[in-house]
Amino acid sequence: MTIRVQAEDFDVGAEYAAMTRGRRSIGGVTMFVGLVRDIAGGEAVSAMTLEHYPGMTEKQLAAIEAEARGRWPLDDVLIIHRYGRLEPGDQIVLVMTASAHRDAAFESCRFLIDWLKTKAPFWKLEATPEGERWVEAKESDDEAASRWDR
Amino acid sequence: MKVLYFAWLRSKIGVPSETVDLPADVTDVAGLIEWLKSRSPRHAEALANSKVVKVAVNQEHVPYDHPLSASDEVALFPPVTGG
Repeated sequence: MTIRVQAEDFDVGAEYAAMTRGRRSIGGVTMFVGLVRDIAGGEAVSAMTLEHYPGMTEKQLAAIEAEARGRWPLDDVLIIHRYGRLEPGDQIVLVMTASAHRDAAFESCRFLIDWLKTKAPFWKLEATPEGERWVEAKESDDEAASRWDR
Repeated sequence: MKVLYFAWLRSKIGVPSETVDLPADVTDVAGLIEWLKSRSPRHAEALANSKVVKVAVNQEHVPYDHPLSASDEVALFPPVTGG
């Protein structure tokens, strides 16, 4: 179980290899990689700066990960979230889940990214031709997260 | 008490954090926000619509009726947009 909040990029292949090497109980791995888009709300985006709340971020991600492990039988979980200035095409976030069962891997991965989007203290600042603007939270993100309420 | 601001709340208020002496009659998050609004026009503008201001006390999300003590770390921020 690993959580990293970092400015540096990550290597999906290396992370996958590290998670699965020598682990014979894993039946499947699901991963989600979030990338910076070059367009948002019909406007060109030239860069995105991610701000976070050091300390609370790690704490919230750990709580979200613990919740996932309580809900599904998981062999391993990896969450890497970047902060700082990123450009279109750059990787922002990696969520990877490993389980003996594919449903657990798929569902927990989706759960983690849905909860992370609404509970982890990250904010995105987009640079557009009109200037900089803070990305607003979407109702659809709340709806996606609420499907996991129970 | 330490109060931290993030994202556009930080830009609007103009500082990332401040240390404040909590008045005795401010006992919860809602009271703190009302009191902060009186500190400057920038505070008042940033905190005008409390529906879009989220709160964490000691790094945990809390509702507006959460009680406060002088040693708490309070963070105010807009809804999160990571991932």
